[in-house]
Amino acid sequence: MADLTASDSAARRQRVRAGLKRRHLGEQLFRGFGLLAIAVALGFVALLFIDIGRKGIPAFVQTNLHLAVTFDPAVIKLDPKPEPSQFASEAEYRAASLAWQRDAALLNWNKIVEAALRQAAPAGFDIDARALLRIPETNARHQLREMFVANPDLLGQTVEVDLLGSADTDNWVKGNIDRSLGDAQQQLAPEARALIDQFQQEGIISTGFAWSIFTNVDSRSAPASAGLLGAFMGTLWMMLIVIVLAVPIGVAAAIYLEEFAPKSRLTDLIEVNINNLAAVPSIVFGLLGAAVFVNWAHLPLSAPLVGGLVLTLMTLPTIIIATRGALLGVSPALRQAALGMGASKTQMVFHHVLPVTFPSILTATILGVAHALGETAPLLLIGMKAFVASVPATPLDQATALPVQIYLWQGNENRNFFEPRTAAAIIVLLAVMIILNGAAIYLRSRLEKRA
Amino acid sequence: MDLMSGKVKMTQQTVTTSMNPSEGLDRPIRLTARDVTVHYGAKQALFGISIDIPDRAVTAFIGPSGCGKSTFLRCINRMNDTIEGARVGGTIRLDGQDIYAPDLDVVELRARVGMVFQKPNPFPKSIYDNVAYGPRIHGLARNKADLDEIVISSLRKAGLFEEVKDRLNEPGTGLSGGQQQRLCIARAIAVGPEVILMDEPCSALDPIATAIIEELIDELRENYTIVIVTHSMQQAARVSQRTAFFHLGNLIEQGKTEDIFTNPVNKQTQDYIMGRIG
Amino acid sequence: MNTLIIAAVLLIMLGVAYQSGWSRGRGLATVGGTRVHSRPQYHGSFVAVWTMIPALLILALWAYFGPGLTRSYTVAQIPQDILLSLDQAGLNSEIARIQSMASGFGATGEIADWEAAAGAALRSFQFLTFAGVLVLAILAGGSALVYARSRITARLRARTAVEQFISWMLLACSAVAILTTLGIVASLVTEAFKFFTFISPIDFFLGTVWAPNNAANGGNYGSYGLLPLLTGTLMITAIAMLVAVPVGLMAAIYLSQYAHPRLRAVAKPLIEILAGIPTIVFGFFALVTVGPFLRDLGNFIGLDINATSALTAGIVMGIMIIPFVSSLSDDILNQVPSSLRDGAYGLGATQSETIRNVLLPAALPGIVGAFLLAVSRAVGETMIVVLAAGNAPILRFNPLEPVGTITVSIVNQLTGDTDFTGPQSLVGFALGLTLFVMTLGLNIFALYIVRRFREQYE
Repeated sequence: MADLTASDSAARRQRVRAGLKRRHLGEQLFRGFGLLAIAVALGFVALLFIDIGRKGIPAFVQTNLHLAVTFDPAVIKLDPKPEPSQFASEAEYRAASLAWQRDAALLNWNKIVEAALRQAAPAGFDIDARALLRIPETNARHQLREMFVANPDLLGQTVEVDLLGSADTDNWVKGNIDRSLGDAQQQLAPEARALIDQFQQEGIISTGFAWSIFTNVDSRSAPASAGLLGAFMGTLWMMLIVIVLAVPIGVAAAIYLEEFAPKSRLTDLIEVNINNLAAVPSIVFGLLGAAVFVNWAHLPLSAPLVGGLVLTLMTLPTIIIATRGALLGVSPALRQAALGMGASKTQMVFHHVLPVTFPSILTATILGVAHALGETAPLLLIGMKAFVASVPATPLDQATALPVQIYLWQGNENRNFFEPRTAAAIIVLLAVMIILNGAAIYLRSRLEKRA
Repeated sequence: MDLMSGKVKMTQQTVTTSMNPSEGLDRPIRLTARDVTVHYGAKQALFGISIDIPDRAVTAFIGPSGCGKSTFLRCINRMNDTIEGARVGGTIRLDGQDIYAPDLDVVELRARVGMVFQKPNPFPKSIYDNVAYGPRIHGLARNKADLDEIVISSLRKAGLFEEVKDRLNEPGTGLSGGQQQRLCIARAIAVGPEVILMDEPCSALDPIATAIIEELIDELRENYTIVIVTHSMQQAARVSQRTAFFHLGNLIEQGKTEDIFTNPVNKQTQDYIMGRIG
Repeated sequence: MNTLIIAAVLLIMLGVAYQSGWSRGRGLATVGGTRVHSRPQYHGSFVAVWTMIPALLILALWAYFGPGLTRSYTVAQIPQDILLSLDQAGLNSEIARIQSMASGFGATGEIADWEAAAGAALRSFQFLTFAGVLVLAILAGGSALVYARSRITARLRARTAVEQFISWMLLACSAVAILTTLGIVASLVTEAFKFFTFISPIDFFLGTVWAPNNAANGGNYGSYGLLPLLTGTLMITAIAMLVAVPVGLMAAIYLSQYAHPRLRAVAKPLIEILAGIPTIVFGFFALVTVGPFLRDLGNFIGLDINATSALTAGIVMGIMIIPFVSSLSDDILNQVPSSLRDGAYGLGATQSETIRNVLLPAALPGIVGAFLLAVSRAVGETMIVVLAAGNAPILRFNPLEPVGTITVSIVNQLTGDTDFTGPQSLVGFALGLTLFVMTLGLNIFALYIVRRFREQYE
């Protein structure tokens, strides 16, 4: 056996010491890389939010026009509005009423808009009608018509009306477009631009919070009036379906697999299957929906029902896995206590185990639903990217969803106007997500404190 | 069974024959600890430990579990640094140098004070790479031949070489428990430490493997300062020259092993040795 | 209205059945001195289950066959000569007219006598069948109730029976997961098979040109070569991994090994925010911010980078996957036993040496598994590539150019079109099948590795 001498040990220490500087430098570098990685990841989070915020927040301001509108009998030449009492059956009344509304729609409401604008403009201001009508949004005429249809007594009266400025007006007022560009590159005629500035000084044009984003449905012809109400309702319907279907089925399946299933090859298969299902790309669920729900079962295209079913199937594995995790975490002591008291297995699960895991299951469920709400790809395949300009009243009506609306808006050619509006829609979507996630965190902490 | 008891007896004999009553006191002092305290968060684990540890002898820390003996052991090579919220107070000096001094390099300290753990923890690498790891990171070998020599001599010193010389490239995790623990000892020796700390090195081993390790410890004592934590009083009696008894975070009594076991001064020590404390 | 009545009737039946079972069970307890097997609630549930099943079965049958029967009845009310003169569309509108009259809404225009008669007949038919079905359901439920109630004795294992029923229901719920997989496989395979009757699998899997011809005239369907899409997908995935793995892994290492608990408590959830952001948002971010930035950067350093390219999509996808990689790696690093870490520290290894030489090699299988899971996620990601990859399915290997991917082509070939007759829409399923098999293979392999890794340290 070799003996250690003092000089041996000193030489060894010398050698260790010689390497220390380099090794500590390596340590610092490695640590620096780690910190850099954190900074990069957090930087991306910050960049994403700042970027979306910077782009989207201006879109929450809309340009309004306050005009005195005269419902001029010289333009509005119509029979009196049909009354239900005049007709034998509801079908006939409906037909007559529709005919009357069609007649109303055929009138030139733009004349009324134009008259109101000229009234507001300085006397003798020279601008041709087409240029003038570019100032309000193109749906101004529909808005006035709907006012009249709802209340035919307005005939001959002059009332104060708030109209939306057009997208071009909005861009001009907000300065989204370079004012020094030549006429050829401007969307609006020079007279119209001058008039807008004039109106703004007089307070006829003002800016305010864009309620229209929340109260209107999508619109292609009148971009400034395009809103999220339809998409929001579509998302709400789907959320309802996911909650009603995915939550009970998912929790029940998890309970079966964790508590009741005999250890067999079949159970193993189900388990492997669920783990894999959780990682199947969402677009494959879209294919499933298109082939099975739409093509085979003939459920309506673009309907929130189909979207909800697809999202349900997509969310199920997440809920099952999370619930199983929660059940697995319950201490065996509680189970044995319940069984020892003579409770049956079912009683043990439903009376003791499930209540304890309720907070975790609830949280996982909310997070799963929130995740499903952000899905876009599968919805595209079941026709939910169709342009829908109405609020879906039932889950069988055509509808779109918030993320799909974002997809549709980002593709709109009117970039200058729709880029901010898309970012605004993203802010709304993220707000919904944050609220759901916040609720999950809050509920969990509340429930766990109580337990 | 016969074989086992024979081995144990043999170990005891070697210890007894080599034990000189004055040994362990004559030796120069290597490590001194004064008023060492440890807090884990708000909880105090050690209360003012002061002890001297002699060179080239085996010092055993005994005491019931949770008494702080392992905690104190981990202070000696600053392994407590890796535990979040652990604070160490007081001073520990190795050859007169304060090991908690701000300018002291922990890496260098641990190269001088090696450690063997309760459960054998070979890295998931080959036997060769396990032993070579320390010399490699510290740059102790100038070339491959140098490294080979360090590995082989370390395995020899740990009494493992003959058993594994044909399979140096097989994973260290494939060895038996006792072999793994000797591999860990070889791994610690390869760095050329001056002090080796052993934290209940036999607690996960069967009696035969334990006997072999004890024999090994006794051999290593000639070249290294060894501190061993053990929950077995018999083991302390067999391998150590000095013994310190810990209880509830306090150092109750220390002295020559023989004295502690045959003639304890303190009542608590007496109770423990008689098996009245846990 | 009808649904409300049905719901009310069902609720009442449920209540009556439960109550009657409950009181019977309770009666047992008071009358006999014998021991009753189950508590009265279980007798109630027992009778309720027995009652509801036949009633619901009858209603379900009616819901399925009812509309067809009603339609046949309506058609039978139309006189023969008129029926012969109607084409399919005319017949449908006539049926709608009659149904609308039957519902009391009325119809516009001239109402023929036979129409009015048919409307009235349909009205009474609908009323009678509805009432009939309802009565039938009540009778069936009622007799089941009486039968179940008569079975209640002290020795009846009502609790066992009810629990058996519950466990069957639970089993049915877990079968949904299996059915989903079967549905996916069946729909992908059948539709893809249809596609392969147009285009041979060899042309599809080995074809180098992707040019679907949407005007399918004269049998010229265009080319459906998978390779350009596959290379695009793999290129973007590779770029995403190059971003996500170093950043995610290093972030996980720093947070789990170095970071102060306070930093960890803040940074970890903040990074995980990235995982909760919908992919469409990343797509928009890639399209309007990252893409133009990369293009300008390219101009600045003299590289021709397209705003929508594999690089743009890959980088943003990498960002999206960072939290996925980091949380999985974190889990796996935490599973490496701390005794290994102590062993390295005890030898005097620095922290980074411990991590690089001991922790990472020990965790390697698990990290490879996590890496494969991340790859499978990147391969199947859709919205980022739809928006930011540029959709140029050409076989080339320049990441600075627009590319096409499998997912983008699925979206392009199948948006809202459910007329699955030509190869241009059916190819979506062949692509979907390819994607499914790829991700499934990756997942099974990855989960296998991760499981093996866990077992090693358990």
